[in-house]
Amino acid sequence: MSINRYLRHPFWQAILVLVIAYVLIEYGIPYLPPLIGISSAPVPQSVVLQYMLTVLAGVLIWVSDNEERWARFREPIRATLVDRDKRVLRIALLVIVPLLTGWLTFRAVRQTVAAPPSLRSIHPAPPSSITFRGQTMQLAGLENPLREGDLMAEAYRVGKRVYYQNCLPCHGDALSGDGHYAHGFTPAPLAFTGSSTIAQLTESFVFWRIAKGGPGLPREGTPWNSAMPAWEDILSEDEIWSVIVFLYEQAGVSPRTWEEAEGSGEH
Amino acid sequence: MSSVATVFRIAAVGNLPRLRGTRSLVPSFGAVALGLLMAQSGFAQEAGIATREYGDFPYIGSRVAVWIAAQVHLMFAAFVLGVPMFAMVAEAIGIFGGDKRYDRLAKEFTRLLLIAYSATAIWGAVLVFFLTTLYPRFWAHLSEIFEVSMWIYVGLFFLESFTLYLYYYGWDRWKAGTAKYAHWGLAILLNIWGTAVMFIADSWLSYMMSPPEVITADPSPGVVQLWSAINNATWMPINIHRIIANVVFGGSVVGAYAAYRFLAAKSDEERAHYDWMGYVGNFIAIGALIILPFAGYYLGREIYEFNQQMGITMMGGFMSWLWIIQAFLIGVLFLTGNYYLWVGMTRIPGAERFLPYTKWMLVVLVIGVIVWATPHTMIANRAELEAMGGSHHPFLGVLGVMSAKNTAVNLMILTTFLSFLMYRRANKRPVVGWAKTGTIVQASLFALSAAVVLFYGVYGYFVTAIVRIGFSVYQVLAVLGTIIAVMVLDVLMLRGSESRGAIQWGNMPARSQYALFVLVVTFTWLMGLMGFARSGIRQHWHVWEVMRDTSQWAATPALGPAAQVISVCVLIFLVLIAFIFWLGGLVEKPQLVPEQPAPGASGTVTS
Repeated sequence: MSINRYLRHPFWQAILVLVIAYVLIEYGIPYLPPLIGISSAPVPQSVVLQYMLTVLAGVLIWVSDNEERWARFREPIRATLVDRDKRVLRIALLVIVPLLTGWLTFRAVRQTVAAPPSLRSIHPAPPSSITFRGQTMQLAGLENPLREGDLMAEAYRVGKRVYYQNCLPCHGDALSGDGHYAHGFTPAPLAFTGSSTIAQLTESFVFWRIAKGGPGLPREGTPWNSAMPAWEDILSEDEIWSVIVFLYEQAGVSPRTWEEAEGSGEH
Repeated sequence: MSSVATVFRIAAVGNLPRLRGTRSLVPSFGAVALGLLMAQSGFAQEAGIATREYGDFPYIGSRVAVWIAAQVHLMFAAFVLGVPMFAMVAEAIGIFGGDKRYDRLAKEFTRLLLIAYSATAIWGAVLVFFLTTLYPRFWAHLSEIFEVSMWIYVGLFFLESFTLYLYYYGWDRWKAGTAKYAHWGLAILLNIWGTAVMFIADSWLSYMMSPPEVITADPSPGVVQLWSAINNATWMPINIHRIIANVVFGGSVVGAYAAYRFLAAKSDEERAHYDWMGYVGNFIAIGALIILPFAGYYLGREIYEFNQQMGITMMGGFMSWLWIIQAFLIGVLFLTGNYYLWVGMTRIPGAERFLPYTKWMLVVLVIGVIVWATPHTMIANRAELEAMGGSHHPFLGVLGVMSAKNTAVNLMILTTFLSFLMYRRANKRPVVGWAKTGTIVQASLFALSAAVVLFYGVYGYFVTAIVRIGFSVYQVLAVLGTIIAVMVLDVLMLRGSESRGAIQWGNMPARSQYALFVLVVTFTWLMGLMGFARSGIRQHWHVWEVMRDTSQWAATPALGPAAQVISVCVLIFLVLIAFIFWLGGLVEKPQLVPEQPAPGASGTVTS
């Protein structure tokens, strides 16, 4: 009976929604999907904060968009601040809340040995053209030449060899960015599987990244901290296009294609 | 003295570099004006030849000085271009609909405009002087290409100012009969001049982003054809985007003005009037906001089409984080706009029947904001990165791509439209025989478009990127089609409808007015942020791949310092606009005095 009374009160409903949202974000997202075979991981604190702020905004909107609900929501807050019989609770809160705030602030600003989180753009802007072994290549509109005619099977075979000889230690056997050396790098090597990495890119972009590697990343957005070597001095042009064919085929995704009109406005 | 003499000599002999075939178009007045500007900077000491490339501004540096001047000028400009549009519409409703409240509203809008107009001009002058003194080489390049358009701009500015004076000060004189129509004609003219002025200024800044293919660093800018420079790849998308954004911004500023006057009101009549004005301002802002993303999408697409590198820098490169902030701010706008409507429904008899549904709409909005603002690449410390296996979350990563985001924003737009529809229908009872069928059709359209949006959102994960891009068009068409069809049905259905009771204007809790303040602060900040994105993607180029910025301030600032400058701009604008609101109150008081003794004038509290 008394629990029902609490559950029908907007103040406690608001608290309950916030607690449920927190538990879902902090524990539900990392642990529930694996129960049905979907991989997941803990949610970074920056995202937890972002989600919780959104939920809090929603809760505040709900309790205050109606005069009666707003008045009931404020009842316990007002009672805690004013009522004589809540004196102990009031004093306890006046001590605990500033201490908690102080502790959280201290935790946020204290010096640690960990590197600070970095805002990193995962998708650098490619130049209009690159120089590959002395020759200028226009990246805009560039297609993989090995996708023409009957070259694909051979390209896949060559690409597979190139991948296992050169890329495997970092990008892994399953192309999921978890090779033997992967744990030693920050940022971690890119996974090629799924819909959010190479599936979003044109093959010319991937060519540029393989050929120029970390040293060839644009100045914008530095420091990149990428350990990716520049492969243009080691692999031939055909070998790079071949390994690109292998990556897409093996990951089961298609490269982004060029729109017909795209590139026509370049100058 | 000698520099002034030089200026007049330049003007007299026409010694400034000219565009081909344009010499006879413009009077020497323009050359004098431009020459004076050059003299002001000490830049045109020897027949228009720049003697230095850059000036220096103390403490904050040249870049930030020009940035602040341009941004605050733009904020005022957006206000003075947006407000005439709905002053024109409000006056028309007053004339053709017979509701005098709208005429009074239009005049009150225009009074704000009058004072804000001076502020716009002052900040425009600050910007020009900063450009001429701090970036003389770049300014010489720009003025050499665009000089004719600059003179036309000055002429239009003159026309716009005097049309505005006629429009405002002629209000009470030309208030009846044919004269009233002529007065409304002034509102139309005011909008034509204002839009033309904006189009010209847009050509300068869009040229900096997307100079035509034929323009390279080699030839003299004097040989560039003016029209080809004006009609560049991003000119029209920016024009369209700005027209809509000006309406959004103007509506939100007017809403905030009404909120301020509501909170300061001394009588119920005043409260009722400003409550209604706040509603109108919010309606205009949110109504135009609904179509703004489509114009933004068009602009973004044109930027990609013009130069892929610039497009990726904007959306996927170092500016990608800016879009997460933008997404969060747009989420705030959707939540606040709906909140204002829901609170407003409590003062409408008959709205009770809709109130139980708002919590479910809120759930859709909150989930929509969460999805809309989920970053693709997350800010994470080393341990979190390791746990995720990179900066993409293995589970939440699916929410970071455009399929999820387009779905979320389209559903939020549909939900907001539903709020408007409920608000609109709250105190009305349709009398047409097909009302029930019509409502079922409306509900089916909502369900159908939501299903289309969800279907293409999910299907987008299983197709290639090029196909997925096309899906966003279907989603947008489904939502826009529903909005138009439902609205047409609603207008037809509610013709001659019975009233369930009059809206109790003024019977609004104070907190609803703070929602209007939140809207204006968010819109202003968003405007600064997006301005930085649009301008910043040029990176170290004054004119993209034509003229490089070689000054010490060439580096594009990181998001943190940029956010600080944007916040300063927002503060400057809001402080000045608050001062203007206060001035508006001072102007009004003397006019109220003679109205008080008039019988039956209790509802007429504003001029």
